[in-house]
Amino acid sequence: MEKEYIDEAGFSRETTAFPELRRPRQPGKHPRLREFIFSVKRFLSNPLSIIGLLIILSFAVIAILAPILAPPPYPDDPYKMPHKGWQMTPSPPSPENPFGTLQQQYDIYYGIVWGARNAFRIGFFVVLANLVVGIILGSLAGYFGGVVDEIIMRITDIFYSLPFLVIAMALVVAIGRGLTSIILVLIILGWPTYTRVIRGEILVIREKEYILAARASGASHLRIIFKHVLPNSIYSVLIIASMQVGTVLITAAALSFLGLGSETGYADLGQMVSTSRNWIVGPPDDRLAYWYVVFIPGFVIALFVLGWNLLGDAARDVFDPKLRRR
Amino acid sequence: MSLLHYIIRRLLLMIVVLFGVTLLVFSIMMIIPPGQRVGIYVQHEKITPSQMEALIIKYGLRDPAPIQYLRWMANVLRGDFGHSVTASAPVSEGFKMYFPVTLELVLLATPLIIIVGIKLGMLGAIHKDRSIDHATRVFAIVGYSLPTFWLGLLLLMIFYGYFGIFPPGTISPDSKDVVFSAEFINFTGLLTLDAILNWRWDIFWDALYHLILPTINLILLNSALLMRLMRSSMLEALGQDFILTALAKGASKRIVYYKHARRNALIPAVTVAGVLFALLMGGMVITETIFARQGIGLWMARAALMLDVPAIMFNVLFLGTVFVTVNLIVDIIYAYIDPRIRLG
Repeated sequence: MEKEYIDEAGFSRETTAFPELRRPRQPGKHPRLREFIFSVKRFLSNPLSIIGLLIILSFAVIAILAPILAPPPYPDDPYKMPHKGWQMTPSPPSPENPFGTLQQQYDIYYGIVWGARNAFRIGFFVVLANLVVGIILGSLAGYFGGVVDEIIMRITDIFYSLPFLVIAMALVVAIGRGLTSIILVLIILGWPTYTRVIRGEILVIREKEYILAARASGASHLRIIFKHVLPNSIYSVLIIASMQVGTVLITAAALSFLGLGSETGYADLGQMVSTSRNWIVGPPDDRLAYWYVVFIPGFVIALFVLGWNLLGDAARDVFDPKLRRR
Repeated sequence: MSLLHYIIRRLLLMIVVLFGVTLLVFSIMMIIPPGQRVGIYVQHEKITPSQMEALIIKYGLRDPAPIQYLRWMANVLRGDFGHSVTASAPVSEGFKMYFPVTLELVLLATPLIIIVGIKLGMLGAIHKDRSIDHATRVFAIVGYSLPTFWLGLLLLMIFYGYFGIFPPGTISPDSKDVVFSAEFINFTGLLTLDAILNWRWDIFWDALYHLILPTINLILLNSALLMRLMRSSMLEALGQDFILTALAKGASKRIVYYKHARRNALIPAVTVAGVLFALLMGGMVITETIFARQGIGLWMARAALMLDVPAIMFNVLFLGTVFVTVNLIVDIIYAYIDPRIRLG
């Protein structure tokens, strides 16, 4: 009777040194599927990652159901927040406005529901664009090396030699204020992070025997990059990407806060916090009278970012080969 | 490669990068149409289109970009950065006015950020998987996720709004009269230091009083990164054989943790100093805006709103130069500590 040894991922240990530990490969489950199941189990064993997942899922539900949760009064432009009158002083939470209103009576509840949708829009759009550019340039630099590498990496050096928020401010000013400009700027400035990581990964993988084998068997550059190099180097980038969704939102909100974002009344969380600056101190008899204006929109941003950071953290624990089997 | 060679190579590279930075900054500003860039030369609000056209031609704002770049660079190298509308003074004057305020906050906050980050990181590693570790990790991830501006607003709302302490600004109005009077000599521009040199302790305490909230804001937000790195590198150091040996020989835990392990754990922590600085600079723009401190960050924020192109260009260049220099110093220290870097 052959002894079987299966490690925690369900792999059989095939060692020549201990033939008694060898066994035929388990039929049925593809190794990738087995790995995937292992990853999911590991992911779910960490309470923090479940919290992160729940936060993001709730945000996703709110964002998807936005038209039902807060029916837009202007269907052509749902991000335009409804407001009753122009009265400057915010109104406290009431049955009509569950979270109260901002100055000029913009409904905070509406702003948050559509702001959540907007947050996903900003985060996904920017990170996706950064990923695509970063992966293309990083692969080119890492795989081909030489002059291509030198040029691309010197450009990333220049981008890296400027504090991000400062250069982003300058670029938004140059293009013209507004949320679209902010998104555009974050796309223009965000790719070097991914380029660097992908290039670093590829430099290591490029020298592996299986790449040499693929080249020797006549595979084209494109095929090697997409079939062998990228699948092995993509995880670390995806982890960074998941954490970047939050960071991108914070930066976008910070730019809005500085007054470079959309106009008042647009359902953008950063914009909402920005208007709350005037309401830090309440009247003498109730100094915290306007707490909801300051607290709620910022809290929603923090929660959204926290969710993505927890997810990214968990993803690193799950996918990083150095931490995975520990 | 010797350390000297490494430094020379890096210095040459730095010049190339800085040249690239000037090109980048200039190209960004060239996106703004001449009609808007001319605003900085306009003295009166009422200006006819023909007058504006004359100014555009006079200052060559429609010349080919390379010519404009060379003209600008020639001025920059002579130290002439133009006139800042937001500072209502030449850029160099504005810099002298705003920089000390920022420097004061940086000098106060940076050591505290480093101490808090390293201390908490070590605590987390030493008490791994126990409640202290979990608490510090939660602190780090929350610090990571909080938007700077929101935390600043909350601090202001609670301390200034509710308790009526720690007001925004650089100094209280009464002290301001003293600072701008003839008998108060400005040695450095750093209010706290000048107050001591003038032997005015009331001013010193007042300036420090206004520094507390911004410093807390920066510490809460920026120590998280260092803390996480310190924790993981401390864990790695604690797993080394020589730690086990030291413990087996009967050395006290205190000595082993704080002497043997910490020294080794600090090496990787040096590398984040550059990133930390970038975070600090970004945080500075927001922090100074919220707490109404008249520093470089607030200047930059106002310049951005008013399309004050010379001030924006100067600030980006200045912060870029400082950033590149900090990174260079960090890399040299790292290469000095760890010779393997030089070979790469």
